[in-house]
Amino acid sequence: MRIGVVTFPGSNCDADARHAAAVSGNESVQLWHKDATLAPDLDVIILPGGFSYGDYLRTGAIARFSPIMKEVIRFANEGGMVIGICNGFQILCEAGLLPGALIRNANQQFVCRDVYLKVENNTTAFTHATTVGSILRIPIAHGDGRYVASEETLNELESNKRVLYRYVDPTGKRTPSANPNGSTNDVAGIINAHGNVMGMMPHPERAMEKALGSADGATVFESLAMHAHRVAEGIA
Amino acid sequence: MKHYLAHVTITLRKSILDVQGKTVENALHTLHMPALSNVRIGKHVELDVHAPDKETARELVDDACKKLLTNPVMEDYSVDIREPNNNGQLS
Repeated sequence: MRIGVVTFPGSNCDADARHAAAVSGNESVQLWHKDATLAPDLDVIILPGGFSYGDYLRTGAIARFSPIMKEVIRFANEGGMVIGICNGFQILCEAGLLPGALIRNANQQFVCRDVYLKVENNTTAFTHATTVGSILRIPIAHGDGRYVASEETLNELESNKRVLYRYVDPTGKRTPSANPNGSTNDVAGIINAHGNVMGMMPHPERAMEKALGSADGATVFESLAMHAHRVAEGIA
Repeated sequence: MKHYLAHVTITLRKSILDVQGKTVENALHTLHMPALSNVRIGKHVELDVHAPDKETARELVDDACKKLLTNPVMEDYSVDIREPNNNGQLS
């Protein structure tokens, strides 16, 4: 696959995302926030983590109006695969590509540690390589990761299995202490109705190699590769 | 074109727990000020507006609030448009 990674002023996980693309056997290309066009033939676009525009006003609020975002939104509306990780998730919510918003962690602290995620739906392009109930160990590092949305939106997400990942303890149980930010319904990652835009607060690109703690983040890239293969074969 | 000053007050929506406000409220109670409660902490934005009349100024600021200054998923806002006083000064 050919993966485009956007660099905004203040992005700090763009190099990690490109590294993750490389170790999962993919080609990657940097996309610059000021560019008004995308690199050609992209299969996936990643909006990486970081503190775009210093998180001024609200996280993601200014990045969402970067010139490149017009093209990212067009790419998404045409069915292109888009992943927002951490600050990227916040940008996708501000851009309206994903519903809801991410607000300050309930405990008012920046939380940086490994968390456990339970896969809730493995029928998406981002989770094919997992099974429902799989527990993934992936790091988080954020101050504003608490997912909120209207009751109506939450019902829609839940009833359509659009919550892909939930915070759980190592045994897979949902407990208050397993939820690092007070996120509603323990939401860690969601997908749009069309199934091509996914946002998650944890950092899969930082969990690509067992030698560095966990390779569970690689499932996202494996899933996308499986999906691309299925599309090419005309199965999906 | 007239010159106005807009004061925009942004707060978290009532349905969203204002953790910052809650923390400050707890601190106030620790300081023996139990009469104070329901602390809500928001943002205050001031901006100059050049518009033909007050109504247009309000519409311009309202548009800015909807597009960029606030996120309706989590925030409410109010807009106060001020006109220059007799000395032509804004406050």
